[in-house]
Amino acid sequence: MSLRSPLSRVLGLGSAKEGVSHWWWQRITSIALVPLGVWFIYSVVRLLSGDHSTSIQWLRSPVQASLLISFSVTVFWHAFLGLQVVIEDYVHAEWLKVTSLMVLKMLLALLLVVTVLMIFQIFVSSSYA
Amino acid sequence: MINRPISPHLQVYQPQLTSVLSILHRMTGVVLGLGIPFLVYWIWTISQGPAEYASGREFFGSLIGRTLLFGWTFCFFYHLNNGVRHLFWDIGRGFELVDVYRSGWLVVAAAVVMTLATWIFAYAGRGAM
Repeated sequence: MSLRSPLSRVLGLGSAKEGVSHWWWQRITSIALVPLGVWFIYSVVRLLSGDHSTSIQWLRSPVQASLLISFSVTVFWHAFLGLQVVIEDYVHAEWLKVTSLMVLKMLLALLLVVTVLMIFQIFVSSSYA
Repeated sequence: MINRPISPHLQVYQPQLTSVLSILHRMTGVVLGLGIPFLVYWIWTISQGPAEYASGREFFGSLIGRTLLFGWTFCFFYHLNNGVRHLFWDIGRGFELVDVYRSGWLVVAAAVVMTLATWIFAYAGRGAM
């Protein structure tokens, strides 16, 4: 239920943006990233000392693949929320601000699609040369 | 946008734990965001096969690679610990100045300890997966 008076809405007063939603999702992604992030660091440390087949075996597990996808989605989202605020704080020219935000969002969205696709590909793969 | 002169602030205000940790949180966040393409690259090397994976390992194992990884490790643990500190503030706890300073130093110490522990664990566990 909006707390704004009908007159203010008609006159187009007040903020045009959604602050609370941003705040919430930043907190939710933060909380999720505490366990996911620690899991990620732990996994990377263990995998980086292994060879290719070690990583393949690891990602063929549905648990690990799901966690990596979950981590990727959450961290990309959290990063966007954070970087959005940074851009809004430091870029003052409106056209540059809007463009930067748009480019950043599209870039992250594209990277996310690529990442999820690759994880899935590894997950269902049967053999590597 | 007319650039009017403003009073000196950054040049005169003495840095304190509060302000320094605050900007460090933002900076570590941005640096971690810059690590996202490298995360995608790592997953890509796994998806492409043993040859690509080996080049990836070579890169991450190089002096530059390890410096980047060490930097990101610290950024990650600092951002994680200070993030938790933020979450406590979000539920209204820890605002007394003495608590702000205590939690602040705790965050710095925890970040350093966790970074070092991770790297010691990584080096000690060479090939232990």
